[in-house]
Amino acid sequence: MDKRKIEENIFKALMIASTCLILSCLVLILAAIVVKGLPSLDLAMITQTPKGGYYLGKEGGILNAILGSLYLAGGATILAIFISLPVALYLNVYVKKGSRLASFTRFALDVLWGVPSIVYGAFGFTIMLYFGLRASLLGGIIAVSLLILPIMIRAMDEVIKMIPEKLLEASYSLGATRLETAMKVVVRQALPGILTAILIAFGRGVGDAASVIFTAGFSDSIPYSLLRPAATLPLAIFFQLGTPFPEVQDRAYASALILTIMILAISITIRILTRRFTRHIVK
Amino acid sequence: MFSWAYIIVKKIDEIMQNIRLLKDKIAGRFMFFLTIFSGLLVFLIAIGLYIRSRPILAIKPLSELLFSTSWHPLRGEFGFFPFIMGSIWVTVLAVVIAIPLCLLAAIYLSEYAPKYIRESAKPLIDLLAGIPSVVYGVWGVLVIVPLIKDHIAPFFGTFSTGYCVLAGGIVLAIMIFPIIIHVSLEVLRSVPYGITEASLALGATKWQTIKYVVMRKAMPGVIAAIVLGLSRAFGETMAVLMVAGNVAKVPSSALEPAYPLPALIANNYGEMLSVPLYDSAILLACLILLLVVLLFNILARVVLIKVERSIQ
Amino acid sequence: MQSNTHISVQNLNVYYGKQHALKNITFDIPDKKIIVIIGPSGCGKTTLLKSFNRLIDSVDGVKVSGKVLVDGENIFDPKAEVTHIRKKMGLLSQNPSPLPMSIYDNVAYGPRIHGLKNKKELNSIVEHYLKESGLWEEVKDRLHTPASKISVGQQQRLCLARGLAVEPGIILADEPTSALDPKSSRRIEESFLKLKEKYTIIIVTHILRQAKRLADHVAFLYLGDLIEHGPAVDVFENPQEEMTKEYIKGVIS
Repeated sequence: MDKRKIEENIFKALMIASTCLILSCLVLILAAIVVKGLPSLDLAMITQTPKGGYYLGKEGGILNAILGSLYLAGGATILAIFISLPVALYLNVYVKKGSRLASFTRFALDVLWGVPSIVYGAFGFTIMLYFGLRASLLGGIIAVSLLILPIMIRAMDEVIKMIPEKLLEASYSLGATRLETAMKVVVRQALPGILTAILIAFGRGVGDAASVIFTAGFSDSIPYSLLRPAATLPLAIFFQLGTPFPEVQDRAYASALILTIMILAISITIRILTRRFTRHIVK
Repeated sequence: MFSWAYIIVKKIDEIMQNIRLLKDKIAGRFMFFLTIFSGLLVFLIAIGLYIRSRPILAIKPLSELLFSTSWHPLRGEFGFFPFIMGSIWVTVLAVVIAIPLCLLAAIYLSEYAPKYIRESAKPLIDLLAGIPSVVYGVWGVLVIVPLIKDHIAPFFGTFSTGYCVLAGGIVLAIMIFPIIIHVSLEVLRSVPYGITEASLALGATKWQTIKYVVMRKAMPGVIAAIVLGLSRAFGETMAVLMVAGNVAKVPSSALEPAYPLPALIANNYGEMLSVPLYDSAILLACLILLLVVLLFNILARVVLIKVERSIQ
Repeated sequence: MQSNTHISVQNLNVYYGKQHALKNITFDIPDKKIIVIIGPSGCGKTTLLKSFNRLIDSVDGVKVSGKVLVDGENIFDPKAEVTHIRKKMGLLSQNPSPLPMSIYDNVAYGPRIHGLKNKKELNSIVEHYLKESGLWEEVKDRLHTPASKISVGQQQRLCLARGLAVEPGIILADEPTSALDPKSSRRIEESFLKLKEKYTIIIVTHILRQAKRLADHVAFLYLGDLIEHGPAVDVFENPQEEMTKEYIKGVIS
């Protein structure tokens, strides 16, 4: 009897230690970024673009990268919505439950979800070469939209799946077509969840570097054309960190802090929206 | 008079009905094609990469590409072995670190922790998942690399720049905590309560029940979770790029640098187009990466679907 | 005819959060007899059963007051060792839940976790209890196949053997035949009638006919209250309470 209890207590201690260790990683990472990044964070960083010699230690900021990321992720998100929403609606409204098309598509999307972002970048790159595009905002948008497509479709799918059959049946029995049911009933009911899905995908798009290395290039100016290269925040961090100048490296930490704050803000918004959504479900 | 009006109104109504049905049908077609596109995207990507890899596959045998250690693009030598080994070293280390920590944490959260702890830990772990890989890289350079250089390497009596397999392994391990824990929690939740109850009723302690009954039932799903984590680690780019050292040599210890496959691909996007066959080689590396990851993902997902089905 | 009390329930109250699931239950369960707890679904029968082996401990927000004395000891005493108590009771659930292992390992599971390692002893235990539950002949040459591969009726008998292998004094059965076909149900009922020579058996069921077939004693539970209890003959032929009369006549269900 005692032996069993001792073994259980040992493992219980190990389990709690593991959980604490894992959670403390989160704290450690955020703390390090804040501690190193905050001192170098100033208004100039977020309001100015890099002036000449920025990467050698001269003045400027990373406004180019901040806006570049927002435009790129924003564009990619919008492009992805045009594909994701129809597919998610199709899978849930048009297709019969348990159809093989639906299971195959969902499976394929789950598998796609695990594809590394660098592969999307390389694929985007081959498409760009094929069409004769050069590294540009548009290239980045295409690559990132492919990256976030599985995430957005699955997130929307999960949300739309929750809508009770009865609601759809009620709509059909009033004579509505599937399209009308999808657009007027389903979208309205699932709107907060759909917005959440969009935000999740947007957050992913903002933070990713590997998919834009090939495709978006880099630039010191704020994006003004789809066909010119654009700067992105993750790459800006990477490049600043790679210089041998401590002042520039400090700015890299500050940039990392800015990116982390953006992601945190998006995550918190997602949590809040999710909570509101689950409160309003028609049961 | 009235009958004329009546017929006209009826006709208009019919036409409007038909328009609605037509819209429904067209929209349906459109959505169908988009859905097919999404489902086939994986194949499109693989095919695209394959087409661009053809040039180098035509010239060099696959065995040389995979197993040669000589990487000199300017001389036309493209041996991927150091990079494949580099990836394997870093990934295996990451998984070895992650498995015990994640399993213990998942079991604790699922079976022992009070509800409020479980509910507050889950969002925090998800937050860990949301941190972009560059930030992990920055943190790795800031904290892990000096740790290895100044404390761990001297402790073992060797020298290391800090940019090595161990650094990559530690950072990757943290990056894959969320997916392994998340999927494991789902799997543990799916274990039917009946067998837990039966074991407890026989007088087993909770831990015995977990060890001999719950984990047995959950094992396939937990392994799938680990494979998903492994796959994620294998494909991760930015963070390893920043801390693994990027030296094109097969590492012979965890304190030596490694050059994982994704890092190779990312580092060479600039030079790719200037050297003959370089772009084809890099895209072949990308294809290899994709196929390995796909294999792992498909296997893991199939197992998870079976697990989900067995509880219904 | 001696009739010692094996279990004595005294002022047992169980709360699930704010819900008062069992209200001041007091009665005695005689030794080596079959007592059947009857009542409509949702009235607390399963709760009562699960308080006997303290399985309700695992429910979130459960509160228990009162005493349940087994062999004279209060199982709800804070100092009581739960696994020790549970070893005295064997549970047979409504849905057969074979453990994810072979038939042999299922029956050997109980003795093993309590420390028995000797191969020979385990072999004889497995054979003995599979015979007691009537399953031996059907599985003796495939003891190491997974338990999930046998039929539902066989699985339930396996669960019975498994429960008996820890040598409890008491068998708790929660709707043991609801998931089974008539033939398997009959076999389980026959097992109970044989087993009551050695064990105290407490069965929860909503099938009145089954209760009439098996019970030596009856307890009628309705919405958490113990309405009536006593020897089966008395309760079925001559119910004292109005509600008992109506339930037995099949009005409330």
